[in-house]
Amino acid sequence: MTTLLNVRDLRAYYGQVQALHGLSFSLNEGSLTTLLGANGAGKTTTLRAICNMVRSTGAIEFEGAPLTSRSTENIVRLGIAHVPQGRGTFTTMTVEENLQLGAITRRDKAGIVSDIERMYAYFPVLKQRYTQQAGTLSGGEQQMLAVARALMLRPRLMLLDEPSFGLAPLVVRDLFKILGKINREEKVSILVVEQNAQLALELADQAYVIETGRIVMSGAAQEIANDENVRKSYLGY
Amino acid sequence: MSAAVEEVVTEAPAVEAVPKRAMTLGTGTSLVVLALLILAPLVVKNFVIFQLTMLLVYGLAVLALNILTGGSGQFSLGQSAFYAVGAYTSAVLMEQYNVNYALTLPISGILCFAVGFLFGQPALRLSGVYLALATFALATAMPQLLKLNFLEPWTGGVQGLVVTKPDAPFGLPMSQDMWLYYFTLAITIAIYVGAVNLLRSRSGRAFMAIRDNEIAASAMGIDVALYKTLAFGVSAGITGIAGSLGAIVVQFVAPDSYTIGLAIQLFLGMVVGGVGWLPGSIVGAAFIIFVPNMAENISKGLSGAVFGVLLFLVIFVVPHGARQVAIFCQQTVAKFRKR
Amino acid sequence: MELFSNQILAGISTGAIYACMALAVVMIYQAIDHLNFAQGEMAMFSTFISWQMMQWGIPYWAAFFLTIGLSFVAGIAIERILFKPLAKAPVLTNVAGFIALYSIINSSAGLIWDFTIKQYPTPFGSAPFLGSQLISTHQAGMIGVTILLLIGLYFFFQYTRVGLAMRAAASLPESARLVGINTSWMIALGWGMASAIGAIAGMLIAPVVFLEPNMMGGVLIYGFAAAVLGGLTSPLGAVVGGFLVGIFENLAGTYIPGVGNELKLPIALALIISVLVVKPAGLFGRAIVKRV
Repeated sequence: MTTLLNVRDLRAYYGQVQALHGLSFSLNEGSLTTLLGANGAGKTTTLRAICNMVRSTGAIEFEGAPLTSRSTENIVRLGIAHVPQGRGTFTTMTVEENLQLGAITRRDKAGIVSDIERMYAYFPVLKQRYTQQAGTLSGGEQQMLAVARALMLRPRLMLLDEPSFGLAPLVVRDLFKILGKINREEKVSILVVEQNAQLALELADQAYVIETGRIVMSGAAQEIANDENVRKSYLGY
Repeated sequence: MSAAVEEVVTEAPAVEAVPKRAMTLGTGTSLVVLALLILAPLVVKNFVIFQLTMLLVYGLAVLALNILTGGSGQFSLGQSAFYAVGAYTSAVLMEQYNVNYALTLPISGILCFAVGFLFGQPALRLSGVYLALATFALATAMPQLLKLNFLEPWTGGVQGLVVTKPDAPFGLPMSQDMWLYYFTLAITIAIYVGAVNLLRSRSGRAFMAIRDNEIAASAMGIDVALYKTLAFGVSAGITGIAGSLGAIVVQFVAPDSYTIGLAIQLFLGMVVGGVGWLPGSIVGAAFIIFVPNMAENISKGLSGAVFGVLLFLVIFVVPHGARQVAIFCQQTVAKFRKR
Repeated sequence: MELFSNQILAGISTGAIYACMALAVVMIYQAIDHLNFAQGEMAMFSTFISWQMMQWGIPYWAAFFLTIGLSFVAGIAIERILFKPLAKAPVLTNVAGFIALYSIINSSAGLIWDFTIKQYPTPFGSAPFLGSQLISTHQAGMIGVTILLLIGLYFFFQYTRVGLAMRAAASLPESARLVGINTSWMIALGWGMASAIGAIAGMLIAPVVFLEPNMMGGVLIYGFAAAVLGGLTSPLGAVVGGFLVGIFENLAGTYIPGVGNELKLPIALALIISVLVVKPAGLFGRAIVKRV
């Protein structure tokens, strides 16, 4: 298996405050990896650092090419789709416009049209509401829209920041099922940050546990889920 | 089109959050500046003394705007109107009713406070560009209002009024210009100290809470409406006193001296001095008094362009104004001391 | 009644000027979130350039379109050179930058072309329009161009890729970057378009107010007022606002006693502010709810 994303000795700063203290991890092509940890552990910062949205040092390589000197939009153009915390929905635009924005860097008109249809197949509720302003969707629907928007890029890697945040448990189950399906069928590698560790470990094949800006544990998701000590001390279930 | 409501998380406020400790100078520095201000007129010509007096007057007006914008986060392009009300109050009282010049100052201050406080009421519902437009309307209306026919017996209409220059009292052996300078200096210092104390008080904390996050401030139980209008009133009051002093120093008031151009100058003074940094007001005042002259000397035909270029240079080098320079100096000195 | 309807017609014809300028104001507000105080001066400078071209013997329409192109490029250049470095500076510092730009352009135009009033040609003629003395064919043509411009902008923003990207960048810059939009260039593009629209406005206004370096001062203020009245987020609102301000101003001048030309502006502004007190986002603007 080849390495898709390789992060070494990542340190990130907000002003004078250091949020990540030399974090290293890697992600294999085709894998679904999860990054777990408590509030304030540095999960979101890690994703933001990958897309160069926060000041950081260290090495980040995507398919062997360094990302650190690239601007956010150029990183995205390499095929890294980032679904930010709070979903980043363009609330004043319609659902369909949101999907078109996901594909704004692509030139193949026919491909975009067929991809929008494909998204409607994954998320039928979006099809029902395609002319509606995205701000009027429910939280769960907006999360689906955000995932669909990210997929419109035809990404190699998708970064998801707490997709379960603020959603009803049933909706979360649905969403995670679809994420698994996307990972298998579309061959999109996924890095998902979650507080809902139990659910994330069921879904993922690889897992890292992060605490105060450092990786404290890594391994196959199954092993971590089965390790009672880890579960109790870091994941709290 | 369905008017969907756009929801934004309150972003960084338009006016930077300046902690109140960073709004003033240390005691040592203050004393040095004070000594310089006291000694300056003893070594220069009369015309320069006049310019220094205007420096203090504009410094006061910029300070007033700084309290409003830097303190409470409200923006005003209407300061020239309050300045005009102050100037005319003094001029009319002195010339038509023979009131002593010193007595006209508190009257202007109180009158302008009232005008500002009242104007603050409708302005409450407006913020950002809308408030800018409203205050702008006030500034453009003021010269026209002063020209109104039925006010002419008092204001002298378009011609304006000539104001008599006061002599030094108690037979003090100094020129009129020098006396006016010290008179203005004393008032400026008193107001500066008052302003510093105001911003350090409960009301000052309320101003700053509103500046940084209005919604959160109201959730903490701050009467947002009261404090916003109060900030307007205080700012207008101080501007009015500055206007009175200006009228006495220049010895002349006319409607066209108080156009929107003056309000824009005061605004530039605030930006150059550093928004929210009170001592910067004097630096900003120096900028708006001396730089246009400098530009004129460099090129007569292109003085506006030269002024624009100089202004660009200043904001490129120090986007946070004189405050940035002060912070830089402070850090350098601190580094030096550590060694 | 005759007087009333005539005043409204006259208001519409001056309103066309404001509408045109307001459109440029909204354009740049969308792109950069500020009111650009130098916009009127930029338009004035563009108009002078077209005038200079015509002095050199270039025919009207060629000069018209060349000027639009040049203004577009100049707008982008101004953003790249002067305002991109200020992107991270405080908002008020940016406003000071606009004032500096205003001063530079105004003074340079005065030096190059001096402050005497110049005639500026109109392509539409200046005969009475449909027999009315109050509105000339030029003013009718101006209204026509403004409406065409509005329709063009609507299609651009609604149906083109770049238009969509510009809207996205203006409404949520961070999300826009995350779908791969270069938001910094979108801002430059906004400057370019605003500058080009301003040039059109300037060239249409010049035959009415005559060409001189201070020609846009008053117009820009009304343009701002119109844009704010219509709602700064809506191009349609800007145009409607422009016509309303024109009508307001004329009616106030006619019917309120003691209001001469001098007090027209403050009264128009006061009316606008009363509207804003009731409807803070403007007539057509989107309400923005702030979350803590």
